[in-house]
Amino acid sequence: MSRYRQLSSLFRTHPTMVIGGLILFVAFSAALLAPWLGTVDPLQIEPMKRLRPPSVSNWFGTDIFGRDVWSRVIYGGRVSLIVGAAVAVISMGVGLAIGLVSGYLRRVDRIVMRLMDAMMAIPAILLAIALMAITKPSVGNVIIAISIAEIPRVVRLARSMVLSLREEVYVQAAITTGARLPSILLRHILPNMTAPLMVQGTYIFAAAIIIEAALSFLGAGTPAEVPSWGNIIAEGRNLFLLATWIVLIPGLFLSITVLSINLVGDGLRDLLDPRFAKRI
Amino acid sequence: MIWRLIKRVLSTIPVIGLVGILVFSLLYLSPGDPAAIIAGDNATTEEVDRIRVHLGLDLPLHSQFGKWVWRLMHGDLGQSIFSSLPVQRLISQRLEPTIVLTVTTTVWVILTAIPMGLLAAWRVGTWIDRSVMALTVIGFSFPSFVIGYILIFGISVKLEWLPVQGYKPIADGFLPFLRSIILPTLTLGLVYTALVARMTRASLLEILNQDYMRTARAKGLSKTRIVLRHGLKNAAVPIITTLGAGIALLIGGVVVTESVFGIPGLGRLTVDAIVRRDYPVIQGVTLVFAVTYVFINLAVDLIYVMVDPRIQD
Amino acid sequence: MKTKAEYALEVEDLSIRFPVLQSSVHAVDSLSFKVARGEVLGVVGESGCGKSVTALGIMRLLKSPPAHIVARSVRVMGRELSTLSEDSMRLVRGNDVAMIFQEPMSSLNPVLTIGEQIAETLTTHRGMSWRMSLARAVELLSLVRIPDARQRIDEYPHQLSGGMRQRVMIAMALACEPKLLIADEPTTALDVTTQAQIIRLLQELQQRFGMAVVLITHDLGVVGQMAHRVVVMYAGCKVEEGPIQEIFAAPRHPYTVGLMRSRPRLGSSVNGLRRDRLLELPGHVPTLAELSSQGCLFAPRCVLATDKCRNETPPLLGRDSNHVAACWRSDDLGSLLKPLSI
Repeated sequence: MSRYRQLSSLFRTHPTMVIGGLILFVAFSAALLAPWLGTVDPLQIEPMKRLRPPSVSNWFGTDIFGRDVWSRVIYGGRVSLIVGAAVAVISMGVGLAIGLVSGYLRRVDRIVMRLMDAMMAIPAILLAIALMAITKPSVGNVIIAISIAEIPRVVRLARSMVLSLREEVYVQAAITTGARLPSILLRHILPNMTAPLMVQGTYIFAAAIIIEAALSFLGAGTPAEVPSWGNIIAEGRNLFLLATWIVLIPGLFLSITVLSINLVGDGLRDLLDPRFAKRI
Repeated sequence: MIWRLIKRVLSTIPVIGLVGILVFSLLYLSPGDPAAIIAGDNATTEEVDRIRVHLGLDLPLHSQFGKWVWRLMHGDLGQSIFSSLPVQRLISQRLEPTIVLTVTTTVWVILTAIPMGLLAAWRVGTWIDRSVMALTVIGFSFPSFVIGYILIFGISVKLEWLPVQGYKPIADGFLPFLRSIILPTLTLGLVYTALVARMTRASLLEILNQDYMRTARAKGLSKTRIVLRHGLKNAAVPIITTLGAGIALLIGGVVVTESVFGIPGLGRLTVDAIVRRDYPVIQGVTLVFAVTYVFINLAVDLIYVMVDPRIQD
Repeated sequence: MKTKAEYALEVEDLSIRFPVLQSSVHAVDSLSFKVARGEVLGVVGESGCGKSVTALGIMRLLKSPPAHIVARSVRVMGRELSTLSEDSMRLVRGNDVAMIFQEPMSSLNPVLTIGEQIAETLTTHRGMSWRMSLARAVELLSLVRIPDARQRIDEYPHQLSGGMRQRVMIAMALACEPKLLIADEPTTALDVTTQAQIIRLLQELQQRFGMAVVLITHDLGVVGQMAHRVVVMYAGCKVEEGPIQEIFAAPRHPYTVGLMRSRPRLGSSVNGLRRDRLLELPGHVPTLAELSSQGCLFAPRCVLATDKCRNETPPLLGRDSNHVAACWRSDDLGSLLKPLSI
């Protein structure tokens, strides 16, 4: 079937997923093509043009320093998407590794799960805040802090899957033919975990974007020089009543981006669920 | 059975201990010198040293840990770097608004999310179901501060129905309290509502497909009785689990919500501490939240035993 | 004016279809049968022949859509069920007609006491108070031979054994003294000794209450013990019907013969040597989609099939209307038969 036919039949069964995917595609493209989308330097201060509401010259108006909000939102999208994607990759990678080992080796498991339970008792935001408080603010540190906060969830998921997959007959068969542990993990167990992990990955992507924005909003996230959606909102909040667009517009962008990721994640979950193994 | 309950209660102790160790050791995860980072770029060496002593970083590790444990057992959470007040006092001063907000939100969520989930499952596939699913995915996607500002914009600014910010304790009168708490409750509760509604719907859908539901229908029982008595009681365990797990969302969201609405609670305390890099306060609040979460999970487990007869044996 | 209905259940031309891909398949095709008052009708056939679907269809417990149910008439005690509103049908279920299912563990609600599950039929249909209903529940438990009924009332399903749970199901079904009981594979999930006990219990209760029973099973031993008449189903259709003795002694359809010959029986060996071999019916029950539209449905698996069998669908034929079979070659079955005993 041609790509177009595949897409339109997917649209019929999962319309929200396709819409979410399209929005995401637009978001990524905008982030990539930022310099060519009618933007100016997001850090460029224009004292004469402070707090202007949206107009023809400044599509989203200007903030308290006269900076063009449209440009800041587009460049801010870059930061949010990069942080989200990086956190998803890192936390999935590390969490998967830990979960695989923990699910298979009982001695390791007991210690690891206790640690994960303790970590999960601390709300993710607070953990990230506490971590950011002892490091210099930077995008990299934000990524590391949020990743650390998200790892326990991945470990839990990976571990529980390993625990159940271990009992599968083909794994037992592999053991009896003398396969060694790394081989068993990588060749028999891991491939059967990809579907739920992929779905989890999209949700972490979404959660990370929200946490980064919340951190920046609270002042514990990306440094002030780096425009991120959370930062822009944080700066705009003190003058919210005067200049609602500074808070609401980035907020809307943020929410719709996360919404599209969630829709794609939900769609993926439906498609990859073996119970609904309808081929498109 | 009593023995199992006691064991469960006792099992929280190692978890709390581990949480304490975790929170304690966070300071040492710093890639640089924590005292210097906390003091900031413009600090003098004296200031950095002062902070180092304040945090006890000049002592050997084991005695630091010993002091930490000792102080914890006496309920001493350290001293604020900024104000030199005991952290514990700062926390207890700000406790009421946070507790009130959390309780109101939990009640609100129970009263709205569970019926929503039930309705969606009962009428699965109809527009009711789809609306609930749409609402919940929006709840997951719109961060609480965005929702907060949207609500403020729509309701406080445009419609002028409710105050923009602030918190009025119940002691000052019930109606002003109510008016000040509505928007924060809605804001804080949105994610939690979405989670509980979805979980309720999913559990109920699964239950409606069970054999015993077919038996109930074969007996000619009324639809109400089937859904509420046969269905809901089975759904109670996953719903309660979700309510408990969602508390973590609530606790995390408190920080942001109090910041948006200017509520003088623990969340605000945290935000102030962030700005000032008042690490002992951050540590203290984190510990309090984490321990609360552990106790809430304990309460959830104890409720299970009452609700699901299979667990008793 | 009340006329005394002669039949507990009358099914005329019941067809149940399910949508599959672009078309639909018949799970049940133009099925008709009657159950007299106080009679036990066995419905036998392999898994997938449509027995359970028929029962659920009569009770209107199938989700429709996707199921598509049409019938000329379905009458219980002379009362037409197929045209009733859902609310009226609800009053019939558990009241005039009761049903028990195959898996007693999953068919009982795990979080409600068995007392409540029995009593709720009484409070729903008889308007009794809870206290009286629970008292009656204790009586019913004793009726189904569960010891210590008064304690058992407050227990939960997981605290009972499989056989006891099935007795609870029977007690639940009998609470409102239905005129018709539909038992869908009531013993299949139980071990052999318990099976025998349950069948004995069902027989006793059936005689005591004068209840009509539709006993659905693939186990001919169970049918032999309890049924007065038998309907044999294959691929959604009735292929034979008759009184139990005649069916066992002189079946008139090759499928029925095959069913009976596939049962291992004690005493079929002489001096340690097997006297007859277990007969295996070649082939499998056709999936609903594989059913051909003409000729006898059983022809592909039948050793006696002729061209006529493959081209012309046999109607139900018999020397008398009491014992009929859908087969052109009923009189030639002698070669397949050996002396059979129940």
